[in-house]
Amino acid sequence: MAEVRLENVCKHYDKVVAVDNFNLSIQDKEFVVLVGPSGCGKTTTLRMIAGLETITSGRIFIGDRLINDLPAKERNIAMVFQNYALYPHMTVRDNIAFSLEMRKRPKEEIEQRVREAADILGIEHLLDRKPKQLSGGQRQRVAVGRAIVRKPEVFLFDEPLSNLDAKLRVQTRLELKKLHERLATTAVYVTHDQVEAMTMGDRIVVMKDGLIQQVGSPMELYNTPANRFVAGFIGSPAMNFFEAELAGGTDGLCLQSGEVRLDLLPEQCRRLERYGRKRILVGIRPEDFRPCERHEQGQTISGEVEVVEPVGNETYVNFRAGELNLIAAVGRKTIVQAHTRMVLQPAMEHLHLFDIDSGKSISK
Amino acid sequence: MAIERSGSKLFKFYLPLVMYLVFLLFPFYWMVNTVFKSDKELYDMSLNPFYIHHPTVHNIVRLFTETIFLRWMANTFFVAILATLISLAASLLAAYAIQRLRFKTSGPTGVAIFLAYLIPQTILFIPLASIIFKLKLWDSLWALVLTYPTFLVPFCTWLLMGYFKSIPKEMEECAMIDGASRIRIFWKIILPLCLPGVLSAGIFCFTLSWNEYLYALAFISSSAKKTVPIGLVTELVRGDIYHWGSLMAGALCASVPVALVYSFFVEQYVAGMTGALKE
Ligand SMILES: Nc1ncnc2c1ncn2[C@@H]1O[C@H](COP(=O)(O)OP(=O)(O)OP(=O)(O)O)[C@@H](O)[C@H]1O
Ligand SMILES: [Mg+2]
Repeated sequence: MAEVRLENVCKHYDKVVAVDNFNLSIQDKEFVVLVGPSGCGKTTTLRMIAGLETITSGRIFIGDRLINDLPAKERNIAMVFQNYALYPHMTVRDNIAFSLEMRKRPKEEIEQRVREAADILGIEHLLDRKPKQLSGGQRQRVAVGRAIVRKPEVFLFDEPLSNLDAKLRVQTRLELKKLHERLATTAVYVTHDQVEAMTMGDRIVVMKDGLIQQVGSPMELYNTPANRFVAGFIGSPAMNFFEAELAGGTDGLCLQSGEVRLDLLPEQCRRLERYGRKRILVGIRPEDFRPCERHEQGQTISGEVEVVEPVGNETYVNFRAGELNLIAAVGRKTIVQAHTRMVLQPAMEHLHLFDIDSGKSISK
Repeated sequence: MAIERSGSKLFKFYLPLVMYLVFLLFPFYWMVNTVFKSDKELYDMSLNPFYIHHPTVHNIVRLFTETIFLRWMANTFFVAILATLISLAASLLAAYAIQRLRFKTSGPTGVAIFLAYLIPQTILFIPLASIIFKLKLWDSLWALVLTYPTFLVPFCTWLLMGYFKSIPKEMEECAMIDGASRIRIFWKIILPLCLPGVLSAGIFCFTLSWNEYLYALAFISSSAKKTVPIGLVTELVRGDIYHWGSLMAGALCASVPVALVYSFFVEQYVAGMTGALKE
């Protein structure tokens, strides 16, 4: 049971800045997900918490203990690696028992705790096998078993599902989530998959180039992304972005981009008047489009459908309106033909507005 | 192996294999052939040399009665085993340190060790001789035990470095988090996983020490301290008289231990040499 606190943590490899000024306070029992594109410093952050990587500057606390200079084995954490790192020459039982043996626990206790962990994960029947006699999913469980058997204060996961096939990944992430609820232990989970992040995290930390972009609950990130990067990263298919000119509309302001014109809501107008600049970046989520019968300038976008991608529960429509290439997600009941005209109405209250240069959100 | 027509396999696979085997085994056949012939038969050009007409064990008897062959065998064993153990211990630690501790000069150290391997023995034995002399180890088996690692350690270090490299780093890191010290990790994780590599390095050391000629010739003079290769050549070649039969008998007896070692560990040896560490 412990909280984890990172204060101004930096990591430099010679010239490369892998993690830059990382500040985060993780509550006890919280499940925090670090997410971001490849090379953004997620693994590095996790390894610094684990004690596998030195900290260039800053401080890390687990509970009240400053752990900057504490060796990995004294931090009371457990880590699940992306490639599982099972010891190939030991049986599953010995793999799980290893950390307890290293800590010289009595034999009966080891035996009992290994059985307990195996029971939780449903791998009792595999205890006498060697790792190479296991499937990928079973190996993953053993790796988790090795982590939970010690009852650590913090779990660290580095992309533990990335070697599983899509279906198993969905199932396993649910199990991990349940496991976390059952064990009620602080967990830091690294992934590059935004769906995994959204579904598993109590809180999500979006990173890019070693910098935290935003920290928040999944719905906060979805509804109020702090900048263009987070807006584009969270959600699938990704948000539509286009630049638009602010112009005077029928009453208040409107957005003009080529032949597309959208009247802004009064509240948005007020904010943009204060903002003062003439060009802004507009973001619309594909699922915020609604198909309409009639085109009405200022309210809807009329465009030509180029590609239709049905995925079952909904259909992705790639359409072109003047200069803009947009994608909309419409319900599966909507029949859409490629190379026809289509009228779509964006939900203006869910429009995202960003500064063109900095990419920062100006919606709020 | 993919399915092929049996006829083509015969010509492409078995025939070349048989020819190669004949080529490889002929010297052994010749050795055995010579051992059981009398000198008279050996020098008689009118007889078919591929066949033993009057088998005799006289050569073997002479080897064991007129020379202290068993003593030489014991010496060779002593030297080979000790040199192997020393070399393995040194190169295991060196290879692990270079590959995993990643200190500032680990790269150059690795290269320097390899360069030491490239210095020919024929040059190295001169300074070594002077060192051996200063250490008062002249004409002692310890001279050999201590000098053989000079050529064994570099090779083994490089062999094992390749091996250690193939072990995922995460495995060690995981063990570290699990609470194991470096030494523990080395014993419980690294060593068991590298067993094929360690075995092949060991076999390599053992055979090279067993067959070594130059240092043994240079550093040993009294008969009771000779190793097999030196003993045979210096005591069974008297002037210009070659006691072929006994020489070959000695060579035959001396190759038995090596052959046994190989046959026991042949699988690990092949796996070790090809660096194949399968999970
Ligand atoms: N040992 C190292 N030496 C030098 N640079 C490194 C080292 N390890 C990581 N880096 C750099 O630090 C940055 C962050 O790496 P990190 O492994 O944390 O990324 P990541 O977010 O985990 O990416 P991925 O999703 O691909 O695993 C990268 O630019 C990487 O090149
Ligand atoms: Mg990573």
